[in-house]
Amino acid sequence: MHSFLRFLFFLVIVRPLALIVIGLNVRHRARLPKAGPALIVANHNSHLDTLVLISLFPLHQLPHIRPVAAVDYFLRNRLLAWFALNVIGIVPLQREIKASAGDPLAAASAALQQGAILILFPEGSRGEPERLSRFKSGVAHLAKRHPQVPVVPIFLHGLGKSLPKGEALLVPFFCDVFVGETLPWNGDKQAWMSALDGAMQALASEGKFAVWE
Amino acid sequence: MMAHLTTNVRWALVGVAGVLLLATLVVWLIAATHRDKDYSELKLRTRSWWVMIGIFAGAMLLSPLASVVFFAFVSFLALKEYLSLIPTRRADRRVLFWAYLAIPIHYYWVATGWYGMFIIFIPVYMFLLLPLRMVIIGETEGFLRAAGTLHWGMMTTVFSLSHMAFLLVLPADKNPAGAGAGLMLYLVFLTQFNDVAQYTWGKLLGKHKVIPKVSPKKTWEGLIGGNLTTLGLAVLIAPYLTPFSLYEAAGAGLIIGVFGFIGDVTISALKRDLGVKDSGSLLPGHGGILDRIDSLTYTAPLFFHYVYFLHY
Repeated sequence: MHSFLRFLFFLVIVRPLALIVIGLNVRHRARLPKAGPALIVANHNSHLDTLVLISLFPLHQLPHIRPVAAVDYFLRNRLLAWFALNVIGIVPLQREIKASAGDPLAAASAALQQGAILILFPEGSRGEPERLSRFKSGVAHLAKRHPQVPVVPIFLHGLGKSLPKGEALLVPFFCDVFVGETLPWNGDKQAWMSALDGAMQALASEGKFAVWE
Repeated sequence: MMAHLTTNVRWALVGVAGVLLLATLVVWLIAATHRDKDYSELKLRTRSWWVMIGIFAGAMLLSPLASVVFFAFVSFLALKEYLSLIPTRRADRRVLFWAYLAIPIHYYWVATGWYGMFIIFIPVYMFLLLPLRMVIIGETEGFLRAAGTLHWGMMTTVFSLSHMAFLLVLPADKNPAGAGAGLMLYLVFLTQFNDVAQYTWGKLLGKHKVIPKVSPKKTWEGLIGGNLTTLGLAVLIAPYLTPFSLYEAAGAGLIIGVFGFIGDVTISALKRDLGVKDSGSLLPGHGGILDRIDSLTYTAPLFFHYVYFLHY
């Protein structure tokens, strides 16, 4: 029932929104993983990011695609929690790390083990629209735990213009989606993080973006 | 479902399909005989033509209203591409929303055939309303640039292009051969044909540059050769689709040839100013939607008023 609702939501609402109202300019689409498990790592500017990333994949893959999302934001009330868990299909993540709470990445790890294509935003928050902020290192822990899982960086631009944090009115702009090459785990957390940063910067520099201030 | 189109227009659509089929075969033949060269760009371009013409012709066959909706959607895509390319202000999000909202309203005037409103809505009412909305928000830094660029975009992508759609709702009795749809098809076909003709003549004979600062590939040979070809074709097909006399058809061909070129280089100037090669990536092999409809931003309003003055 829930998977049908989810299918319907993405077919009837999300796809037309992403492809017609917004409009995507996808570069290097062939680099997207064909099957799970995989880890998609993207910069985060807007609620649209998750929806757009999910709509990059064919609908038959939908059951395997799971965005990682913050517990404190998405599970803050029952209605939103129901929607986030069942329709968007999030894997909940505790942003505040408490010693008593146990392993914060357990749910994400489990999803990868089940063959999911996990979507993760290592900036941790949508932040200022169209500004790339520093990636948090949780993603490296996940990559280290699953060294065989391909990590695909994706750079997004323009969705923060269409629907920035704190705005409810969507204004259409064509948005850019640049898919990077798979980043293998290299055995060292810091070296890997800087490789990831480098990959994102390289993707960002592929585009020429209009000034928006 | 095709009763609203005259027999001539239906045959013209068959003719367009024939031209496209012929072009596809030629591309396919060239690619098959010159295996050393890469023709994937040309193939993509041809495939995009099929998609564009398929949707365009499908809307025409369906009903005049479907065609008006199609043109409204083209305006939406063009305005969105324009606003995505140019610098905009974060403060103007709501203003841009109003600009988008103007599209369905404007095309409603078109669909109902309300000429008086159609002709002033964007040049007068939106021209006054959008800066007013900006002033209410209160951001003064970059105000003139924001108001000016937005109005230019509205005029180009919505007002100018919508003249194609208004041809469809002109009274049918003044043009028994093709009615409104005949005039629209005549304009769109000749404008696109002119683009291809100028490109082809330029490739074959091009030597002397017309405006190297804006568009270094445009040559006098391409411009003149293309213009003459368009002029000839305009005269040839006018009796089947338009109410034009021989001389009027020659005038129409000249307008489409010359101002198609101007529309093309105007968008080239815009892209050069912004430092981009293509306006977008919506149409594989062509670039963006502005790359495809650039010539029409000039030919549509000029052709419309030419016909309107002479026959309506």
